[in-house]
Amino acid sequence: MTARRISARVNGRMIEAEVEVRVGLADFLRGQLGLTGTHLGCEHGVCGACTIIVDQQPVRSCLMLAVQVDGADVETVESLGTPDTLSPLQQAFSDHHALQCGFCTPGMLMTLEAYLRERPSPTREEVRDVLSGNLCRCTGYQGIVDAALQAAQARKVSS
Amino acid sequence: MSTRYFGAPVARIEDPRLLSGGGNYVDDIVLPGMLHAAFLRSPVAHGRIRSIDRSAAGAMPGVHAVYTMADFAAISGGPMPPMAPHPLLKTPITCRPLTDDEVRYAGEPIAIVLAESRARAEDALAAIVLDIEHLPTVADARAAAVKGAPRVHSERESNLIATLRGTHGKVDEVFATAAHRFVESFATHRGGCHAMECRGVVASVDGASGDLTLFTSSQSPYMVRRFLAGYLGRDESEIRVVAPDVGGGFGPKANVYPEEFAVALAAIQSGRPVKWIEDRQEHFLATTQQRDQFWTLEVACDAQGRMLGVRGRCVHDNGAYAPYGLILPATALASFPGPYALEAFDIAIDVVLTNLVPTSPVRGAGRPNTAFVLERLADCVARRLGLCRAEVRRRSFVRADQMPYVTGGKMRDGSPVAYDSGDYANALDLVLEKIDAAGIAQRRTAAAKRGRLLGLGLASCVEDTGLGPFEGATVRVTPAGKVIVSTGAASQGQGHATIFAQIAADALGVDIGDVIVRSGDTGAFPLGISTIASRIAVTAGSSIEIAARKVRDKAIKVAAHLLEVAEHDLEIGDGAVRVVGVAGMNVTLAAIARTLSGAAGVKLPAGVEPDLAATGYFETSQLAFAYGSHACEVEIDPDTGDARITRYVVAHDCGRLINPRLVDGQIRGGVVHGIGNALFERMQHDEAGQPLTTTYGDYLLPAASEMPDIEIHHIETPSPRNPIGVKGAGEGGTIPAAACVISAIEDALGATAPPITMHPVSPEQILQWINISKT
Amino acid sequence: MKASAFAYHDPRTCGDLIGLIARLDNAKLLAGGQSLMPMLNLRLVAPDHLIDINRIPELSGIRISAEQVEIGAMTRQADLQASGDLAAVAPVFRQALAHVGHFQTRSRGTIGGSCCHLDPAAELPALCALFDAEFDVVGPRGARIVAASDWFCGTLQSALDEREILRAIRLPPWPRGHGFGFNEYARRRGDFAIAGAAALLELAADRTIRRAAIVAFGVEPAPRRLVRTETALIGQRLDQEAIAAAAEEARGLDAMSDVHASAAYRRHLAGGVTKRALADAVDATEAPR
Repeated sequence: MTARRISARVNGRMIEAEVEVRVGLADFLRGQLGLTGTHLGCEHGVCGACTIIVDQQPVRSCLMLAVQVDGADVETVESLGTPDTLSPLQQAFSDHHALQCGFCTPGMLMTLEAYLRERPSPTREEVRDVLSGNLCRCTGYQGIVDAALQAAQARKVSS
Repeated sequence: MSTRYFGAPVARIEDPRLLSGGGNYVDDIVLPGMLHAAFLRSPVAHGRIRSIDRSAAGAMPGVHAVYTMADFAAISGGPMPPMAPHPLLKTPITCRPLTDDEVRYAGEPIAIVLAESRARAEDALAAIVLDIEHLPTVADARAAAVKGAPRVHSERESNLIATLRGTHGKVDEVFATAAHRFVESFATHRGGCHAMECRGVVASVDGASGDLTLFTSSQSPYMVRRFLAGYLGRDESEIRVVAPDVGGGFGPKANVYPEEFAVALAAIQSGRPVKWIEDRQEHFLATTQQRDQFWTLEVACDAQGRMLGVRGRCVHDNGAYAPYGLILPATALASFPGPYALEAFDIAIDVVLTNLVPTSPVRGAGRPNTAFVLERLADCVARRLGLCRAEVRRRSFVRADQMPYVTGGKMRDGSPVAYDSGDYANALDLVLEKIDAAGIAQRRTAAAKRGRLLGLGLASCVEDTGLGPFEGATVRVTPAGKVIVSTGAASQGQGHATIFAQIAADALGVDIGDVIVRSGDTGAFPLGISTIASRIAVTAGSSIEIAARKVRDKAIKVAAHLLEVAEHDLEIGDGAVRVVGVAGMNVTLAAIARTLSGAAGVKLPAGVEPDLAATGYFETSQLAFAYGSHACEVEIDPDTGDARITRYVVAHDCGRLINPRLVDGQIRGGVVHGIGNALFERMQHDEAGQPLTTTYGDYLLPAASEMPDIEIHHIETPSPRNPIGVKGAGEGGTIPAAACVISAIEDALGATAPPITMHPVSPEQILQWINISKT
Repeated sequence: MKASAFAYHDPRTCGDLIGLIARLDNAKLLAGGQSLMPMLNLRLVAPDHLIDINRIPELSGIRISAEQVEIGAMTRQADLQASGDLAAVAPVFRQALAHVGHFQTRSRGTIGGSCCHLDPAAELPALCALFDAEFDVVGPRGARIVAASDWFCGTLQSALDEREILRAIRLPPWPRGHGFGFNEYARRRGDFAIAGAAALLELAADRTIRRAAIVAFGVEPAPRRLVRTETALIGQRLDQEAIAAAAEEARGLDAMSDVHASAAYRRHLAGGVTKRALADAVDATEAPR
């Protein structure tokens, strides 16, 4: 069998699609669902640009197949906010100049989104550690770390 | 003129879109009927193609075509045009979009497959039968420079394609009379650019007009248009090149590539839109990079350690072709004497071909290499004479009262380099104060108690920015009151749209939210050069200032007429031109724009031309010189040789800061790249020219977990050379960074360890030096 | 970099899985995918069949009894890291897991995948060697147990034959309060270790060593127990001399050489990580009751 029907919840919406079994999850999200916010930087699982959240866990979408999210709950960067209503994490990125070219940014956001859900009060060092799986060539990382800590603070205040 | 936005840390207008997944990078572009391309690339570093059998590949499911260069014969042919011709390169050394005879580096494109999907195109690649005769290969620049070495191009007897020479002053005399002379050899290696977005092109031909449109992840859309037009024998007006959102450039995306041409040719030949997205493996193979420079230098100094002269030679690995001319080694040469008032220098750079992918500028271009050797020489002088390293700098620096200082170096066009302004000693003193250099001995002792070696490093640089000849912009106010800024300047994440909007908003007295910036599209603005060499803030920024001022002047002229007052009674602000001190007496820019867009039979006021718009170009043949000093602390674990940067401080002068937050981001990103060059990044090849590091498991980029916070102190000496007083900031973070880190490691290892004259350095090497220092 | 074509299967039970393995040629199992997917994308492997074993619940789980810790092969590294029960009975796992890959890889990566792929620098196979784990293997021809000493058959080569799968890993737990230590050197957080070591210690009432287990990994193609040291330590105190002797055995390993490190450097590091792992193990040891 070279194709399968899958259904999944993607960014809160149920979708159904026919996918070729060899198509990667990132390619499926980008190509078939038009969710081009998730980016491919290396396709071998190191750079982290493709990070999304599947069943509440952060994953490298270049290392999953589309068929594997049948029945799963998928969150991509598009679920965080819109240009007019950025989430606190996205807003923190803007406040701290945590992005320049923006290519690694969706992966950074989804990694931190997943992380801050389970670890609400990280130290600066812990944030740097969790970001070790997301490469950035533009920012030098400092703004991203600052943004993560601001977002963590915002979560504490609001909860 | 208000400066509400200029100088303020305004939030980037690009951010909301990029943060919410709304970026439009080249791989996000989908056109109806689009085919996906994959390249057959040479598996060997040097070979002659005997035959290519595409029959099986062409018959595979979903495969539309398999093209070689011969298939494009009716459209065009021949080698790619050189991007930067140089008098020393009598004949350009470029490859063809697809090679069909001799391949000269592993990864060189040979054929292009078009298919319904990239996966199917790659399936077809595997089915192409390539018969290729291996030819002798040389992968090391020093070996390639030797007479009788294997020929990188079988028809070129010598692999040495040019020797660049820069001389100044009475070199022999200076060396003959100097109190001291020291010789050192250096090996600098810089790897690839590794923008997180690889390259990519979407090409399509308009069915009706035949015009060609190229979306390309490029720093130089106008150069792509110019050279492609020439290659295809078309007028530039028939080709539109757009750089969409580009995920980082860092230099190599400024080149014009064979794949760009091949994709365009394939789109024309097939009559379908064609998309090619470089994957990361291809990036390792086929995007230009920097690699090795091997230097042997002699420094002459006086008895007090003041550096008087530097002379010597460099062997520069240029790779298999010279698509970017000699810009990279020329930039290294032009960077002498750095911040030092050398009475004489004589530097020769032998540019040598190797059977590896071509080299071209990567962030900083050759400047980091030159900064490295100069800074190591300064440390060498200090070490040999038992002097303080900072003191050697202070004695050797160009002084503030010597500005403008003619260095003896030459610019690209041969004119003499003169530093416009700067106080290098002040920057060094500032950075040493901020890092508390005075307290290092105490911190060293404390580190030793924890079983660690601690070192303090320093490095300084001068950075030429604002390269000409020009950039331009059109500023236009619409009848709805929006301000459209159109410019040729392409962006790869620098935040240009934001700084352009800041400049325009200030000049026209509008809210920054009313400014829309369009850039990087040859269809939206007629001319542009390239985003390289830290030049855009100076040139494009200034052009926007010029254009916006013209618009302001025009608006005031029209308003004076409409309000029946003198121009000198008017000011601009809040989107309107208003009479000073008289409330309610104003006319909005929107209204003026409406008026100037005309109504049938109604004469335009004030004898002005239609349209509340103006175009401005900022032309320059001078450079604006930024400079900086860096200092860092490095802790070394003597058990593993691991080096960790614990503090990093920068003092930096890039003139007036349009947006301090963005400048800080450029510096931090640049420093981290330099740290990568110092400790992590080595692009390795074997003797047969096969790349050994082709994944991010093997080629190590600096990651968040190992990088320090970087403290930045700004000095703002406005540049007198442009109307907004700015200097570029894109590369200043990188230029001295590797030198700074190496300086710290050498300091940590102590006086009995050998001097460190190379980068990158590995923990294993550090351990070896520690062992040597103990014996 | 897109994978070549394959037929895809996702069995729901172990029985179905074994049925597929029995009849399909040139098949690869897809577990966590963190090692296999890069290889597929890079076209380093081109299987005709991909058997996705992520939907077989019976292959996951941590089951702890007094006699053994049984971990289903498909148990995620993140779940191992989060398991308080596992941390209580075998605390070295939590220490090691902080070094296994990254936040995003541990949510998918499995202990079974790691132990079948057998990267020389992988932490989890080393811990299995450390604990003298048993590998519960099953295939069309039935089930068998493979001892840790027989599991490592060469670089990236486990004892599985072509039509077998790893179902679970069983470890005999060490007594409550045992000492444990873990140390590795990598260039960056989450990178494969250039060299690493882990140690377990059981002390007698007089603080002499009743039992010791030390493993070095990332040095040789397979994790290596420092057997000479383990034997020599029995009845001894862990003093500087004993630690130095352990380091010496580690430095005598037949180390690999690659783009990251020479054999000589790996041997040197092996000594260092062994020392630190042992020193930590002693510090962690509670006095036996």
